[in-house]
Amino acid sequence: MFATAAQPVTPPPDPPPDGAAVEPLAAALRAVAERHDRQAFALLFGHFAPRVKAYMLKLGMPQARAEDLAQETMLTVWRKAGLYDPARAEPATWVFTIARNLRIDALRRERHPEVSDELLEQQEDDRPPADALLAAGQRARRLRAALAGLSPEQAEVVRLSFFADLAHPAIAERLNLPLGTVKSRLRLALGKIRKALGDEDP
Amino acid sequence: MMPKHHPSDALLVAYGSGSLGEALSLAVATHLARCPLCRAAAAEIDALGGALLEELAPEPLAADALSSLFARIDAPDGWMRRDAAPVRLPAPNPCRALDGAALLPEPLRSYVGPGMDQRWQRIAPGVRRIEVMPRTARGGTAHLLRIAPGTALPHHGHGGTELTLVFAGSYADELGRYTAGDIAEADGETRHQPIADSHEDCICLIATDAPLRFTGLVGRLMQPFIGL
Repeated sequence: MFATAAQPVTPPPDPPPDGAAVEPLAAALRAVAERHDRQAFALLFGHFAPRVKAYMLKLGMPQARAEDLAQETMLTVWRKAGLYDPARAEPATWVFTIARNLRIDALRRERHPEVSDELLEQQEDDRPPADALLAAGQRARRLRAALAGLSPEQAEVVRLSFFADLAHPAIAERLNLPLGTVKSRLRLALGKIRKALGDEDP
Repeated sequence: MMPKHHPSDALLVAYGSGSLGEALSLAVATHLARCPLCRAAAAEIDALGGALLEELAPEPLAADALSSLFARIDAPDGWMRRDAAPVRLPAPNPCRALDGAALLPEPLRSYVGPGMDQRWQRIAPGVRRIEVMPRTARGGTAHLLRIAPGTALPHHGHGGTELTLVFAGSYADELGRYTAGDIAEADGETRHQPIADSHEDCICLIATDAPLRFTGLVGRLMQPFIGL
């Protein structure tokens, strides 16, 4: 369906005041949600599907299974794009949670219990202020910088936590460390990440 | 009312990364429902997962991956039959709270299902129980306990992690005192003896990822009946 009118029906949204481009992946998700835009979806697919496949492989899935789960994740992105809320999360964060939940379902036949969206809707206090919204891309950059700034020991427990599918006692065993050491490294790592995401300029 | 006792960072990371089993995740999610502080912390951990996903070296998919996905999208019913979709568990039983379940926040309330008031089973003097999640393949299990005022549970240690989340009343052990909304985290190094210490029944969720280890003779005799 193409409108032949020369006038666009809706004016384009105002660009953010700092002149930064609207985050392309978030814009693509909105285009999929609003008009099932296949070109926008192709952009999302090209960016996320190979990373989700890498995530599944890292967690020990065989090739074919990792490919299937990457496809399932992207199918869910297509179907649920309307539920993506840019005020709550970066696109990568939203896709990560979808991939994580599909993996738990596929691997353990378990669900990932979560606070319902309905309850979150009622919790206005959870919503970041509007200026945090504009800084979403900046938040992602800061987070990447904080990750790069972790000590090798901290980075190791963070990555094992996300990519080894092991409980922390098992991670402690693998690293031959006391459980308390693993937990305190995680606490220190999260402290750095929170500081990077905080309102104060790093 | 803000809870006083919160999940540790390590527990929130295990929840957010998906390495935590369903029973323990249920306890964490139900605490999150009541705790804006921990919701914010959990959102940061999800963002960390997103950042880790972004930095993975991309693994190319088959050349026709996108076109075959569009083919599935265009055959909305066809793809479910053609492809082996992951087996899904039946969704938990959603229920409107017409009984004691009213004091349970979601997602726990749906897991407990209807008719809660009629389902308490007496397992020891002063202790009643409802099984919320039968033991999973990985060893996790979740129960609601209802402990009469002044009752002590048998002294026990833990094979893995035990989370206790309080909804009504309170209990105390060697580690502290816990009231509505609080979550207590015990691991393999913790041994304790919880006592319900207020004037009303203490109603709590106990979730574990491995069977508890009762230490006293009474506890060992009770273990087969308690099933925790």
